[in-house]
Amino acid sequence: MADAVLEVEDLKAGYGPAEVLFGVTLALRRGEVAALMGRNGAGKSTTLKAIMGLLPPRGGRVRFAGRDLTGLAPFRIARLGLGYVPEERRIFTDLTVYENLEVGRRAARQGQGAWTPDRLFEIFPNLAEMRGRRAAAMSGGEQQMLTIARTLMGNPEAVLLDEPSEGLAPVIVEQMAEAVLRMKQEGIAVLLSEQNLDFAAAVADRAYVIERGSIRYQGAMEALEADEQVREAWLTV
Amino acid sequence: MDPGFLLVQSLSGLASASSLFVIASGLTLVFGVTRIVNFAHGSFYMLGAYIAVTVVPWLLELDRSPWLFFAGVLLSALAVGLLGVAMELLLLRRIYKVPELFQLLATFGVVLMVQDAVLWIWGPVDITGPRAPGLRHGVEILDQRFPAYELFLIFVGPAVLGLLWLLMHRTRFGILIRAATRDREMVGALGVNQALLFTATLFLGAFLAGLGGALQIPRVSASAQMDLSIITEVFVVTVIGGMGSVTGAFLAALLIGQLQAFGVLIFPKITLVLVFVLMAAVLVVKPWGLLGRPEPAAGRAALPEGILHPRRFGVVEGTIAMLAVATAFVLPLFADAYTLKVATEVLVLALAAFSLNFLVGNGGIVSFGHAAYFGLGAYAAGLLVTRLGVPMEPALVAAPLAGAFFAALFGFFVVRLSGIYLAMLTLAFAQIAYAVCFQWVEVTGGDNGVVGVWPSPWAASRQVYFYVVAVCAVAGIAAMRHVIYAPFGATLRAARDSEVRADAIGVDVRTHRWLGFTLAGAAAGLAGGLYAFSKGSMDPTLLGIPTSVDFLAMILLGGIQTVMGPVIGAAAFHSIKDVFMPLTDYWRFFLGASIIALVLIFPRGLGGAYGKLRGSRPVQHA
Repeated sequence: MADAVLEVEDLKAGYGPAEVLFGVTLALRRGEVAALMGRNGAGKSTTLKAIMGLLPPRGGRVRFAGRDLTGLAPFRIARLGLGYVPEERRIFTDLTVYENLEVGRRAARQGQGAWTPDRLFEIFPNLAEMRGRRAAAMSGGEQQMLTIARTLMGNPEAVLLDEPSEGLAPVIVEQMAEAVLRMKQEGIAVLLSEQNLDFAAAVADRAYVIERGSIRYQGAMEALEADEQVREAWLTV
Repeated sequence: MDPGFLLVQSLSGLASASSLFVIASGLTLVFGVTRIVNFAHGSFYMLGAYIAVTVVPWLLELDRSPWLFFAGVLLSALAVGLLGVAMELLLLRRIYKVPELFQLLATFGVVLMVQDAVLWIWGPVDITGPRAPGLRHGVEILDQRFPAYELFLIFVGPAVLGLLWLLMHRTRFGILIRAATRDREMVGALGVNQALLFTATLFLGAFLAGLGGALQIPRVSASAQMDLSIITEVFVVTVIGGMGSVTGAFLAALLIGQLQAFGVLIFPKITLVLVFVLMAAVLVVKPWGLLGRPEPAAGRAALPEGILHPRRFGVVEGTIAMLAVATAFVLPLFADAYTLKVATEVLVLALAAFSLNFLVGNGGIVSFGHAAYFGLGAYAAGLLVTRLGVPMEPALVAAPLAGAFFAALFGFFVVRLSGIYLAMLTLAFAQIAYAVCFQWVEVTGGDNGVVGVWPSPWAASRQVYFYVVAVCAVAGIAAMRHVIYAPFGATLRAARDSEVRADAIGVDVRTHRWLGFTLAGAAAGLAGGLYAFSKGSMDPTLLGIPTSVDFLAMILLGGIQTVMGPVIGAAAFHSIKDVFMPLTDYWRFFLGASIIALVLIFPRGLGGAYGKLRGSRPVQHA
């Protein structure tokens, strides 16, 4: 893909003797939101972890902004401008909201305005009110906002967002959708993994469907929504 | 009692607490970030003292000013900090992902190497340091004289606590350290170079240990034994406070300082015991220490891979085992006295090592104090013979009973914990036993131990006694091997691999572990009794940390995931030690280096390497 910021080619990964990814190929265009859809255990989170280097890939290539990521340590990948928001949130519970943001802080890329806590508090007004509070004392939704804000502090060019709507109350899910669209507005490309078709439809431009470690479908989000056969085959439980 | 005296006593408790905290804060910081319990922290402390007694007098010759004294102390601490950096770069960096047991052993290898390095550089004689100019006088407090330097030390602890608080809360470095203490991997995914963070943490940790050591020089002279004595105290402080918590370490240090200051008035003989009793009590009520939190899922096991599917002997192994036993039984007919002595010791150690691997490899219970049961067995047998005139035969029955009794007593607490806390508690109990044997001079003979523990007349010859040992050791090993294959052994493995799942299918995990711990204690006790009669004596080193580490090195060498590996490991370890020890004055250096090499190169042990070879062939029998 000519304007791709992230290109994944034939990516293989697994845990111990268990193979999970059998050659995943996908791409993320500059500034777009793409959804990686699939059932539980299909390999969504594993794909994101393998891209981020948190799980050493066993084959294939990952290119980001023209650089080969294969074999790089996660911190190097993050420094190249790829952000990661984990499924389990992984907030530093002993730290305050402000300190959590500080951990994520990195210098802005050239010609870009840097994210600051104040700018982020505009997007996530809840966080502003509790900047001095220990993260352990936050609700799940607030923690989810904080993980995204923390990743944005690194001024990423693209973000991997793992199951952003999982386990959240409907009103929070709406806020999450707004946050994703806001990231898109800011020119950040987002690859999100999702089971929730409504959420994905609300934010994503394109969709990939993964099942048993391989991509089974790719196309525009509207096309996936319209294609009942594909949804039956790969998404409904 | 005189209030002035009580006050001064309490103040001296505060001074010791202060020093203890400075050292412990470094250990707990390093553990928080790297998840490694660094045995060598005590070595850093010792190096701080040795460097200070070298550097400070040299500076004071220029000018006897307090400033130069403290400049020398800081310089020493900085130098030790750099040694910490070297240790991180050369060793720790390579072992962050290996199981906790191996990390402990590898850092203990550093302890051994530093001990000999210190002997080589500074010699065996203790070195007395200069006193601090300007703080040499005493201060009158309620008609009691109290040293001004001690008064100064009281303020050092809170000052270090305050500075550390500022560092941890007001600097980016500190915030990153606190974040990494919770979730290292996530810190990396946010773009932080963990390697640099870890190196910097090791610098800070070693600096604090060195500072603690350098500040001690006006009070205690630098000696080559100060590393292990401080490390146990510091372990206790960090465990009571909660591993990773600086404030917890401060509270624990205060508690222990006061306990020691007043304990010495009430129970002068058992101050060491008091401290460990406090630790055991705290851990039973708060298993993660006063301010500690449950281990975050670090994605790393305490244990290397243990015994998985114990295979019975194939034809080859059966033949080898039979040959080995047969060789053992004809050995006395032609072997010379020296060979027979070594063979006797190998059999004894094989029994002890096998019993340890019954816990570690089969049960997942990483005991760092198995020497306690070995030593208590030896003392039980030896004291019965020398003090009560009991013959050898009943004494050899009493040895395993004593081992079992104390293993049951200590094990009751031990099996309530897991992972690194369990290892620390076994270590603490072993140190209690060591302290009792060391301090209760009237009964145990203290440091000198007890001599004159000889076998009954019929077994007095080396040959006959060898047969006694061979029969007991082979029977003990065969019995425990049987238990490994029996349902009880399988249940222990199930509980090792998933405590929750074993619990869910109705296994009483604690009781099984407790019985397993007791059984291993009995076998170690028997080995200890046999050892006492073969030497004719015993002393507290039988219960010391180095002995426990020797046992661990044996099972590591033999392969933790094998059933019979510990026997091979004991034979190999003891023979190598026996050959090399007389060759050099610096055998500890080589032992330490070998342990480190073993962890780095053969994490599966020698027996494990064979098992892998065998495992790569198709299974020939069910």
